Amino acid sequence: MILEQIWMIVWTLLKIVAIMLPLILCVAYATYFERKVIAFMHTRMGPNRVGLFGFRLRGLMQPFADVIKLLTKEIIFPSNANKFLFLIAPVITLATAFAAWAVVPFEDGLVLANINAGLVYILAMTSLGVYGVIIAGWASNSKYALLGALRSAAQIVSYEIAMGFALVGVLVAAGSLNLTEIVHGQQGGIQNWYFIPLFPLFVIYFIAGVAETNRAPFDVAEGESEIVAGFHVEYSGSAFAVFFLAEYANMIIISALAAIMFLGGWYSPIGGDSILATPSVFWFFVKTCVFMYLYFWFRASFPRYRYDQIMRLGWKVFIPITIVWIMVVAIMKVYHLGPWF
Amino acid sequence: MSKVVNYLKSLTLKELRRGMGLTLKYFFKRKFTVRYPEEKTPKSPRFRGLHALRRYPNGEERCIACKLCEAVCPAAAITIDSDVREDGSRRTTKYEIDLFKCIYCGFCEESCPVDSIVETDIHEYHFESKGKNIITKEQLLAIGDMYEEKIAETKQQDAKYR
Repeated sequence: MILEQIWMIVWTLLKIVAIMLPLILCVAYATYFERKVIAFMHTRMGPNRVGLFGFRLRGLMQPFADVIKLLTKEIIFPSNANKFLFLIAPVITLATAFAAWAVVPFEDGLVLANINAGLVYILAMTSLGVYGVIIAGWASNSKYALLGALRSAAQIVSYEIAMGFALVGVLVAAGSLNLTEIVHGQQGGIQNWYFIPLFPLFVIYFIAGVAETNRAPFDVAEGESEIVAGFHVEYSGSAFAVFFLAEYANMIIISALAAIMFLGGWYSPIGGDSILATPSVFWFFVKTCVFMYLYFWFRASFPRYRYDQIMRLGWKVFIPITIVWIMVVAIMKVYHLGPWF
Repeated sequence: MSKVVNYLKSLTLKELRRGMGLTLKYFFKRKFTVRYPEEKTPKSPRFRGLHALRRYPNGEERCIACKLCEAVCPAAAITIDSDVREDGSRRTTKYEIDLFKCIYCGFCEESCPVDSIVETDIHEYHFESKGKNIITKEQLLAIGDMYEEKIAETKQQDAKYR
């Protein structure tokens, strides 16, 4: 009995490691991907130097060089900073960013915790991440960090609502909070995916997701030109690396969720029985990459929003639109419209 | 009416889509980056880099220690001492350029009546210890000897515009 329980714990830990390690690798290569995409849009090359054993490899080893650099640097504590809070803040951010992955289904049945309240759990985890940001800004004992933390917290809280409403639309369409069942509802080719009936919600979800992760053009929390780096201005070395990791993990989870909720998760865009139609984790990965590309595309294209414009967009544009479209979805649901409901 | 049109434009993210279209176009464009040590951009014959002292084809150094370059140097980077050589000609005993002071303006080259001090197109050089930034007469002559062909060629190219 006890042996069985121990085995279960070990088995779960192994599964967690099996999710975490590829995820960290994905984060590392997301930074490389980002730098390459942005560089290409600037008609530059991007990182192309760091290789292995004298081979250039188009700079593919760049993320490892960056990580080694960050991990071997000193962590500087600002004078009068609260050391405990200063160190716990990045951990909170990272833990919540990683914990959200527990309910993400990579393929049919390939999920760590197939819980029925998956959607709510994810919303809870992404909202908890804001504590890390606030604590980091507060514990740094620096005015820039505090301003950045306040901006970031207000922004995350505002966009959480629009994002939550957008996901309510998915919930109405799928009739379930379980992520696996949401994907099951979109079986059978591209015409069955939820992004068609829920298109406004799909757009708003992703824009809110960009704002939620404090990425360009909603990166006032970092705002290099105004408040240096925002809440993590006082962080250096591995503590900064943890924030960095959490930011990219959050981006990946927003992209993965967009793929699950609106683009049919692991299902192929082609219906029927051909080889290309086989549902697999490959499709999930491709869809997630598309959204990651969008993140970087936005960053290369748009200037930073003014802070009041961000708030206006969140409260006065997104929330009304989502509420109206939820009604539309409800009506479509009642009359069993199209292949979706 | 135009208000409604504007409203629809912003609601359908028209301008944002146009902006993204532009960046996407550049994504597929040929990249301008010059991969530096392997590839280099062409240099003008007027490029002003590291200095050199030239010699006449018979091996005699050109410099006659007139000190015009020392006088014209706006950064006071050139130091010259002169003396009479055994054969009675006036030559420098010391000709030093402090490369940290030098602003590579090329006045020394322009002022030189015998085309002795020139600026070559060498710009990839470094110093490995303190004090090495001051290059001596021997070093300048050595640079001149090594790159004489190149120097003569670039001067020839630029001669008709002087």
